[in-house]
Amino acid sequence: MTAPHTAADTAAASAEQVQLDEATRLSTQPAAPQLRAGLLGPLRFAWRRLTSMRTALLLLFLLALASVPGGFLPQRRLNPLRVQTYLDDHPTLGPLLDRLQLFDVFTSAWFSAVYLLLFISLCGCLLPRTRLHLRALRAQPPAVPRTLARLPASDSWETEDDVLARAEQALRRWRVVRRGSELSAERGYLRETGNLVFHLSLVLLLVGIAIGAFRGFTGTVLVVEGTGFSNTIASFDDIKPGRRFHPSSLVPFNVQLQDFRATYAPDGKALTFDAMVRWGRGQAVTTPYDLRVNHPLAVGGAKTYLIGHGYAPVVRVKDRTGAVVLEQPMPCLPQTPQFLSTCVIKAPDAAPHQLGFRGAFTPTTVTEAGRVGSSYPGLVRPVLTLVGYSGDLGLDGGAPQSVYALDTTSLKAFDNGQAHALRPGQTWQLPGGGSLTYVDTKEWATFQVTQDPGKVLALIAAVGIVAGLMLSLFVRRRRVWVRVVPGTPSTVEVGGLARTDPERFQAEFAGIVARLRERDE
Amino acid sequence: MTDKGLGQLGDGLLFGAVIIYALAMLGFAGEQASRKARQSVTAVRASAQVLVGSGGPPVTLPAETVTTFAPSRAGRLALALTGLGWLVHLVSIVTRGFAADRVPWGNMYEFSSCVAFVAVTAFLVLVARRYVERSLGAFVMLPVVLYLGLAATKLYTAAGPLVPALNSYWIKIHVAAAITASGAFLLSGVVAVLYLVRSRYDETAALLSADPRATRRGWLRRRRQRPVRLRFPVTLGAQLPAAPVLDRVSYVVIAFAFPVWTFAVIAGAIWAEAAWGRYWGWDPKETWSFITWVLYAGYLHARATAGWKGRKAAWVAVAAACALVIDYYVVNIFVVGLHSYA
Repeated sequence: MTAPHTAADTAAASAEQVQLDEATRLSTQPAAPQLRAGLLGPLRFAWRRLTSMRTALLLLFLLALASVPGGFLPQRRLNPLRVQTYLDDHPTLGPLLDRLQLFDVFTSAWFSAVYLLLFISLCGCLLPRTRLHLRALRAQPPAVPRTLARLPASDSWETEDDVLARAEQALRRWRVVRRGSELSAERGYLRETGNLVFHLSLVLLLVGIAIGAFRGFTGTVLVVEGTGFSNTIASFDDIKPGRRFHPSSLVPFNVQLQDFRATYAPDGKALTFDAMVRWGRGQAVTTPYDLRVNHPLAVGGAKTYLIGHGYAPVVRVKDRTGAVVLEQPMPCLPQTPQFLSTCVIKAPDAAPHQLGFRGAFTPTTVTEAGRVGSSYPGLVRPVLTLVGYSGDLGLDGGAPQSVYALDTTSLKAFDNGQAHALRPGQTWQLPGGGSLTYVDTKEWATFQVTQDPGKVLALIAAVGIVAGLMLSLFVRRRRVWVRVVPGTPSTVEVGGLARTDPERFQAEFAGIVARLRERDE
Repeated sequence: MTDKGLGQLGDGLLFGAVIIYALAMLGFAGEQASRKARQSVTAVRASAQVLVGSGGPPVTLPAETVTTFAPSRAGRLALALTGLGWLVHLVSIVTRGFAADRVPWGNMYEFSSCVAFVAVTAFLVLVARRYVERSLGAFVMLPVVLYLGLAATKLYTAAGPLVPALNSYWIKIHVAAAITASGAFLLSGVVAVLYLVRSRYDETAALLSADPRATRRGWLRRRRQRPVRLRFPVTLGAQLPAAPVLDRVSYVVIAFAFPVWTFAVIAGAIWAEAAWGRYWGWDPKETWSFITWVLYAGYLHARATAGWKGRKAAWVAVAAACALVIDYYVVNIFVVGLHSYA
């Protein structure tokens, strides 16, 4: 027999569908956008589009794609030297890539556009979902759908027992509401809470990063044993202040490097680096500290890190008049893992001509085919090999000059540019008077001072990210309904629904049903 | 202090574990071969019955309708061998740790060994919890054996002390978390590939059973209609668990590994803050970890978004696993960065 479909039937059926949809919606994910007429229509449509899941997903993949060049090409903020080398090696491709900001990927306009759009989309999605979830947290579980048999998990049997009372017992850890002979229960609200906490923490993380980028400060300084630095703009060799950084926010303190110690395995692999320093908040440096890699010195909001080291031979230079015009350690820059280092020595006060020296320092010296080299990074057989010059160092021209480079255009080399090798204590008598003595060897260390006021917020956000993620992935939200249709015996209908991990829910549902039926069998 | 003899013992044990894994792989493959034989027998019988019963035109049922199979001795032996290999592998890692007197994940060789160990562990857990049939082992052990073989021949480093930058208790936390997540991610990548094969197989078989001369659009040239054919590697789909099972396994494994990976990245950031003076600096390793993270986040979202479920999401999982491989091997070996050691 087939009954003709009437309008009333259809209406009833669709009403039931709506009710079922309402009851079985376990997520606060908004519905798909639809273009509506009116002045605000297109705007609203664009906003809905931007905040839709598909757009967010697309932006997420774009973000991954946009990061790829940053993972392969050298980046200017990380290693400007390698970017320059790349540009020199690729004269046509390099400038093109540079114009596309591919050497500054993570500060580029297009990368910023992608992540800003993603976060706007995220906020647009988060705000309504947070509101809905707060409402859901206060609300009672939805009413029992009319036909429980249509749910993914359902059962029905006849009994004389007070099943509803037993259900309240069995569902003790659930949120339960009893409406007459019907009972609705829900569990796992923490899933959506975790989801929202995770995404809110991502926004918080971005805020923390932004605070660091705007108000943070990084300075690096090279210090030879026996000397020190203070945490002021002037004492750093190189600074990277944030855009809204103010020098008054620098934490005042002083650090002095007493002794630098490095130990190496027999094959030259580094084992330990220790910078033994003394520090203090005032001029007096009183507190000793062992500053190591992985063990920075924290003073207030500033942290001091050990980021590099090398050798500084102490040299004494006398000019033709016999006056000592230079007596100090000269830091040499390491070029190889075995610490073959390049050195430049300038004596601008020498008379009648200025003196300059350029060469190499080798801590454990070996000579191969007439060239000096180093076979071990430790100080075993140190030799300072130098070429000497006299003339004009070019310092008076006004153009800034690096202390690690020698401009030889107005200089004349001694001995036709022949290099002289000196061991500690040895003196090189310069032709025509004057001398250079390699007195002793000291070590230097480079320190980096960092102040990042956004760091704490970023850490809090990171904790929120992990905690929220665990909740949103491991808590399962599910609903169970029980209805008793009175009669002799009365009929019990049970239904259940879980969006995630339906297999596990089937087992849980079977357990609940078993507890409800316990005494019937 | 480094103990040379103990280090060699650890290397020998790892070699033994690889051999045992390879044997287990053969066992799993043997089980599948016997199942295939049984299936074709059943299929022939079924088609014979249809022929006899209907008297109409001959109709051949697709072989994949037969999904249940009897346990085979080869399969049980293979599972036992996997367990044994796992044990030997574990002992090899512990021995390595004692030999070098530190955590046994200080260089790429040790790291790879641990990642493979986690992948095998995850597979055994999945089998024990009945998420998958053990016959999947053939497809899991193959990449594990290749991976370990490659690590032992190309990345080998004798047991030795750590460089100072690695000398921190964070190596225990950060690297352990990274290893756990990577092992699981790589397993999920293998499962996602298998899912793609199986779902392609299902689609092709359905098309062919509806119309043996069916055509579909070309893969590269979308305008061209090409005949539908069942060819290798899609034919492997017949040996695989059902597509929804593979999809679910891939999801379960990623849902476990993603928070662990997130934690590993955050722990790395905290360590970087202590060692290098900043918690994030877009170092190549950090960049690729970020890309991996974003892709897995994309996978989890894709799986919940209409139009992205199924094969598209699986492709995302495969892309994410590739990003992970780049993160470890390409970045460490070819790209200059702060993580370029070992």
